[in-house]
Amino acid sequence: MTVPASRAAPHPVAASISAPGAAALAIRNLIKEYVRGQPVLKGISLTIAPNGITAIIGPSGTGKSTLIRCINRLVEPTSGEIVFEGRSLTLLSRRSLRVVRRLIGMVFQEYNLVERLTVIENVLSGRLGYVSPFKAWLRRFPPDDVTEAFSLLEAVGLADYAQQRADSLSGGQRQRVGIARALMQRPKLLLADEPTSSLDPKTSVEVMTLMQELTFERGIPTIVNIHNVDLARRFASRMVGLSGGAVVFDGPPEALSEDHLKQIYGGEDWLH
Amino acid sequence: MSAAPPALAHPRAFVPNWPVRLAWIVLALYLAYALSHLELTPARFLAGLEFGRNFLAKLFPPDFARWELLLKGLKESLEMAVLASALGIALSLPVSLLAARNLMPGWVTWPARMLMVVCRSFHPVIVAIVFVKAVGFGALAGILALTVASVGFLGKLFTEAIEEISLKQVEAVRATGAPFMSVIAYGVLPQVFARFIGFASYELDANLRNSTMVGIVGAGGIGGTLFAAFQRFDYDFVCAIIVSIIALIIAGEILTNSVKRVFRA
Repeated sequence: MTVPASRAAPHPVAASISAPGAAALAIRNLIKEYVRGQPVLKGISLTIAPNGITAIIGPSGTGKSTLIRCINRLVEPTSGEIVFEGRSLTLLSRRSLRVVRRLIGMVFQEYNLVERLTVIENVLSGRLGYVSPFKAWLRRFPPDDVTEAFSLLEAVGLADYAQQRADSLSGGQRQRVGIARALMQRPKLLLADEPTSSLDPKTSVEVMTLMQELTFERGIPTIVNIHNVDLARRFASRMVGLSGGAVVFDGPPEALSEDHLKQIYGGEDWLH
Repeated sequence: MSAAPPALAHPRAFVPNWPVRLAWIVLALYLAYALSHLELTPARFLAGLEFGRNFLAKLFPPDFARWELLLKGLKESLEMAVLASALGIALSLPVSLLAARNLMPGWVTWPARMLMVVCRSFHPVIVAIVFVKAVGFGALAGILALTVASVGFLGKLFTEAIEEISLKQVEAVRATGAPFMSVIAYGVLPQVFARFIGFASYELDANLRNSTMVGIVGAGGIGGTLFAAFQRFDYDFVCAIIVSIIALIIAGEILTNSVKRVFRA
């Protein structure tokens, strides 16, 4: 078992302050309104360091999913700026957006595998941004991609499941395929939207461990939305507390106190 | 005291719905009116039975003496049905993708939907009459007529299937930066493929039945032979044709079932 990245690496906030140019992602004053005049995100500013896991915690409906989807523009931000790989994502045309999306892997709460495709097809769909639609349709992926897909399946412990249909897998297995698909993109950033919410506690820890190891090996900074504060504390190198559409806490897991939790979630009865 | 009705301990579970009751009453009244208006008396019914008995007596036994003519018509009907189904499926796929409101903006879905409505507006026999006038007698007119009908129905069924897919799976494929056609190939089609096969085999079945009909207006197939036999009061040959059509439909049923089984991966 490798030493988790987060424990060894310096705190990412400190790292980004000491080397301002090295941020993997910078979000500035991000605002999202689904209904005009009712912002869900009220001016979020965050800088993500080029390594480590950043956990975003906060009550349901506070805009965690919206925030993460604004980054790869599955949701269109209302205003604000997101800088990634030296480009402002909010200004990109649809074509350039596709090119940038290829560099951002995403893992979903309900896995979002294509149920009727096989596991290996799901993993290889991570390369769709690089393969022409015609070749993709004929399942003609470059041999290197196929090799990598199989080694990723090996890495997530599903080497024997390559030809099984995704809908025959258990929740934990599906999320492993989801992680393999995201990493198949060879991303420069990984977004995970509640990756463990549909899983039991043991499987949740296994999935988070896997994600931590694989992203550390590859040096991929990761942003994780997560309900479970204890799980976030265990795996993240940085915690961001979101409440009412604004950042109310930003710091290392050790700094997150009960008072902070009260402020993020409101009330205190649930703590004891 | 005892004369007063006991107070209900709970609210009524089944509240009478007067608008629905009224609708049932109106329906019953209309049925009674229609029956009396068309003079469907028991005497008329008995007279009809007498006609039927004579007709049945003339039908049997079926006469297969002109089996070559029969076989030629059946073969033509089968070919028309298969060709029209293939063409219809090929045209329905792009049209239904354009018409799906969860994938396309309104200005694209609207014309695609209009096209399908127009294709579905008329019975295949009426469309066949139009094509007979346009391209002349024969199988070509029949194939075109059946293709139009196929696009109308398959397009609608395919569109509905596409509109019911899980957009989460599509979102995941979009998030990889896949181009639009790859999103269709990996995010949309796998979700609807099994249902498409089911609908397509149903349409082949419908086309088989309709291909025995359009011949009546001169658009090829066994229908023309059937109509001619009727007009000559050649009832035992009519019976042979009807028996053959039933056999053809059963064969088609077996064929489409095996097609479905092959694709049920």
